[in-house]
Amino acid sequence: MDTTLPSVGSQAVIDFPALSALVSALRRRGYQVIGPTVRDGAITCDAIEKIEDLPIGWGDEQESGRYRLKKRDDSAVFAYTVGPQGWKRYLHPPELPMFEGKRDGEAFQILRNPPSPPQYAFLGVRACELAAIRLQDRVLIGDRYRDPAYQARREGAFLVAVNCTQAGGTCFCVSMGTGPRVGAGFDLALTELLGAGQHSFVVEVGSKTGAAVLAEVEHRKARKEDVKAAVAAVDAAASQMGRSVDAKEVRDLLFDNFDHPRWDRVAARCLSCANCTLVCPTCFCTTVEDITDITGEHAERWRKWDSCFTDGFSYIHGGSIRLSVKSRYRQWLTHKFAAWVDQFGAHGCVGCGRCITWCPGRIDVTEEIREIRGVASPA
Amino acid sequence: MSSNNKTKPKVAVFKFASCDGCQLSLLDAEDELLAVAGAIDIAYFPEATRTMLKGPYDIGLVEGSITTHHDAERIQQVRRQCTVLVTIGACATAGGIQALRNWADSQEYVRTIYAQPDFIQTLKMSTPIAEHVPVDFELRGCPINKKHLIELISAMLVGRKPNIPTHSLCMKCKRSGNVCITIARGVPCLGPVTQSGCGALCPRFGRGCFGCYGPMESANTAAMTTQLRLLGQSDEEIARAFRSFNAWSWQFRQASEEAERA
Repeated sequence: MDTTLPSVGSQAVIDFPALSALVSALRRRGYQVIGPTVRDGAITCDAIEKIEDLPIGWGDEQESGRYRLKKRDDSAVFAYTVGPQGWKRYLHPPELPMFEGKRDGEAFQILRNPPSPPQYAFLGVRACELAAIRLQDRVLIGDRYRDPAYQARREGAFLVAVNCTQAGGTCFCVSMGTGPRVGAGFDLALTELLGAGQHSFVVEVGSKTGAAVLAEVEHRKARKEDVKAAVAAVDAAASQMGRSVDAKEVRDLLFDNFDHPRWDRVAARCLSCANCTLVCPTCFCTTVEDITDITGEHAERWRKWDSCFTDGFSYIHGGSIRLSVKSRYRQWLTHKFAAWVDQFGAHGCVGCGRCITWCPGRIDVTEEIREIRGVASPA
Repeated sequence: MSSNNKTKPKVAVFKFASCDGCQLSLLDAEDELLAVAGAIDIAYFPEATRTMLKGPYDIGLVEGSITTHHDAERIQQVRRQCTVLVTIGACATAGGIQALRNWADSQEYVRTIYAQPDFIQTLKMSTPIAEHVPVDFELRGCPINKKHLIELISAMLVGRKPNIPTHSLCMKCKRSGNVCITIARGVPCLGPVTQSGCGALCPRFGRGCFGCYGPMESANTAAMTTQLRLLGQSDEEIARAFRSFNAWSWQFRQASEEAERA
């Protein structure tokens, strides 16, 4: 075993059993390891204690409004595509207590602030998800006002990215320029190599902490053929995208088509259930609830995931300003693909396909954009 | 205001056609029961106490639907006695499971079930309280969630808006991290058109939502019907799915009738 500290940017190879050592090394450092596991008919992100918790030999099939777990005929660990919810629920929790207060005469006291969050290590962050985390970084901590809850979770997090070697039926990261090869922002990035009697991972070191963790795991320097095989595997995924979207000038397309008849047609199919926004790895909207107990002596403030598909979301003095489902769907799609560009300098969509797979109304954003483009520009 | 007895609101609980499950949720509020008793003055609650103080009442909690001439008159009196009138549960809010009679011949039921049908005087329809008198707040569910009842009373005591969601049940599933049973397993589920409130109890255990909390704020039942058909449900099954505890809510009523006609 090479005992010198691997350098940032270098590549190494670990064999399948060493994945166990990687999980142990992360746990020894005090990280709560979150990774893929099979639960309730899907591959979800949950606590991982040992590699047996990982979805070894499992894959999935995804289509509009349909997800099915599928047993593979190999022992691949990461040959599944993204599951029902990503890392957002750990970095930007769905229900978060903000503070608790107690009446004190005419004033009030803050009783206790929420405990500090655990330090997470995420195992299996895909390129699209890494791009989504970068977008949420921009929105939640990348400007003058920062969200301390997100910041506390994000800054302590260790990211083990995984290059996709298998794309799914609703994937379109290639169209959005976010994958399948992971970009910047990881501590370690794995590419799974399987076949011809071998099961190993090419590991790219993305940070000093990543290098220190890798040093605790049995590894060898990557050979040229390892790197070549990894590149080929990811290229294969890039050619398997189940969906595509023409992202070119999509901003102008949507801004120019405020009154397109397609909005009415999609509204007829839209359940306004909010699933798309809650599975979206970049949607960040929340609502705040103040609660008092029956004695009126205690109060709590909670922050909860909200959605632009609810009545309450656009409620201002006098009522909700987006009452029709049409206006809500248009708002959501236009924000993702157009207004986001003006606000944050990039599209708000990373092409993970979750909103397509997990929509009970089987609405497909790529189809909606295609329809709007098709009728708007017959060429 | 909590420790000031002068301002304790007088609360009355009235029962109409119902199973009593909703009013029992007030007694079921074990941990909070003493605090509830400390904060409000239970003036009329025949199921819980023999004390029956005369009206008027600050808050009236009304359980059950209107199914008899006598009750149709009684609800008018109840309304007159209550400053704020809150319906609790699917019966009071949507007519309840007994509103299935609205699509049938209730007299035939009477003849089949009762030895002396002549003694039974009943209306042809089971209708929600709001069809008879103005209602200030409707607490949904079959049964209601006791936490909602306490939240509602707590909010009224301090004069704030109660945190009772009106969005889809899906939002609760997603916030809870439940894997969608429709998408991952093809289980028919009314979650997308049903109001949140139960904590997503059924989907959490792999069962489709039965719609106990009634239609959500912007229920698109036509789209729901399309999806149920794609999941292999027959029109008869779809009509039956919409026709349960909240069958007479206009959204579910319309959906079940459309499925029946299809």
